[in-house]
Amino acid sequence: MNSQEFTGVFAAVFREEAGRLTAALVRTLGDFNLAEEVVQDSLVAALETWPEQGIPDKPGAWLMTTARRRAIDILRRGKRYRDKLALLERSDLRPESSETDDRLRLIFTCCHPALSQEAQVALTLRAVVGFTTTEIASAFLLAEATVAQRIVRAKRKIVDAHIPYRMPEGAELAGRLDGVLSVLYLMFNEGYLSHGAQVAMRRDLADDALWLASLVARFMPDQPELLGLLALMKLNLARSEARFDAGGEMVLLPDQDRSLWDQVAIAEGIELLKRAGAMRATGPYQVQAAIAALHSEARSWAETDWHQIVVLYDALVRMADSPVVRLNRAVAMSHFAGPQAALGEVNDLAIALSGYHLLHSIRADLLEQLGERAQAREALRRALELCSNPAERSLLERKLRG
Amino acid sequence: MKYVLMFVGSTEDQDSFDRLPAEQRAAAYERAGKWFEEQSRAGRLVGGEELQGPGSSTTVRIKNGRAIVTDGPYIEAKEIIGGFAIVEVKDLDEALAMAKAWPAGAVEVRPVVDHSADIEQSQARLADSAKNG
Repeated sequence: MNSQEFTGVFAAVFREEAGRLTAALVRTLGDFNLAEEVVQDSLVAALETWPEQGIPDKPGAWLMTTARRRAIDILRRGKRYRDKLALLERSDLRPESSETDDRLRLIFTCCHPALSQEAQVALTLRAVVGFTTTEIASAFLLAEATVAQRIVRAKRKIVDAHIPYRMPEGAELAGRLDGVLSVLYLMFNEGYLSHGAQVAMRRDLADDALWLASLVARFMPDQPELLGLLALMKLNLARSEARFDAGGEMVLLPDQDRSLWDQVAIAEGIELLKRAGAMRATGPYQVQAAIAALHSEARSWAETDWHQIVVLYDALVRMADSPVVRLNRAVAMSHFAGPQAALGEVNDLAIALSGYHLLHSIRADLLEQLGERAQAREALRRALELCSNPAERSLLERKLRG
Repeated sequence: MKYVLMFVGSTEDQDSFDRLPAEQRAAAYERAGKWFEEQSRAGRLVGGEELQGPGSSTTVRIKNGRAIVTDGPYIEAKEIIGGFAIVEVKDLDEALAMAKAWPAGAVEVRPVVDHSADIEQSQARLADSAKNG
């Protein structure tokens, strides 16, 4: 097994087992902090021993035994935990056999609105998807100590404030699900947009976000916005192969080789979107997925249905207005209203998005189309100053040279 | 699990409330009173009070071993605590549900430190020493 295959196996095992194991331990011990800690310890132990000794036949059982041993160690040290120790020794930590997966409860606990969203993301990745703190730090380009502190603080709050380990019910559910969806959306975007092919990663954040969204959807099949988000992820990931060329350079949508798009994934995404649409409760994720679907169905950049895309962006502005949504709308509009009209719209956003590199690179494109080369280069330079992603930087540098 | 619900608002909120016609203020008091009544009937309320305005506050600090008494609240802020309720509920979600039902503005929810384990321990120690002594 080469190292890439090896890390692939790790990721698959961790995300399949970590959440189940944490959930079973929280249920048995009623102690979120301890459960989460010992599962993390078992993952770190696996990362240390498996590369040398090979992956065990039953990796899940190996992780469970390691986590349990670690928990017993910790509990023996504190006399106050005698009851918990007895519980742990009696339990086989088998996943709950009820219809709703235990992990769903774990996800809703990690995404509790009483925690900051940053903490929700980090905690979900660790407890449910089996990321290590190091992996979270490298995925979000943060210092490891920052992530570790975020997690410690969040876990302390769960314990001190008594954040319950339960599924929200009734009227509460819709709002709480929105919170989970924004965490998933944030994870996906961080993985999909922020990292180029040259960033070597053990875990593919976008892929893990898709996996997590599918897990939630398996237990909550009747939530249209969840299906919309899932469709959005699938439709974007379907273009993965075409997003980078052989040299690892980023290729933007207009220049992508559309024959590399994954037609099966596109069909799945569109099917999901149709299922969501049939539930007749539209929302921003479904609209974004519909925009992605229109791109996926177009034979070329020029043949894209820009009118329909602008109609969808108008809907999005009504549901979830933001300067970034308006910026995207302006780009779509430029294809039939011309660069001059679009530039007017983009300039209106210049103050709100002055620190956003895409505003400047889009301005550069429009100025270039209008023959304003000097201004276009000025905007490109500004974009480059603001952009930290290596793949995007390299793209901007190529444009500046060309 | 015990929580303190602190009813908070800005000084501007307080000023505009004070300027309301008497019957509107009375109606607001009635809504808040109803909340207390309902929570109390549900057995979730341990205690609670409305506080006089920060203008009535006096702060005592210890400086160099001496008590310094000053006029005004400890925290110089635009936000004030108008009152509080001590509640006994199952978990944070239940406390948050109570806060969401509060009819008069923002609520800060703080868990109370549970000293029951410490108390049990010291009681056990006392009992032991009584037996041995």
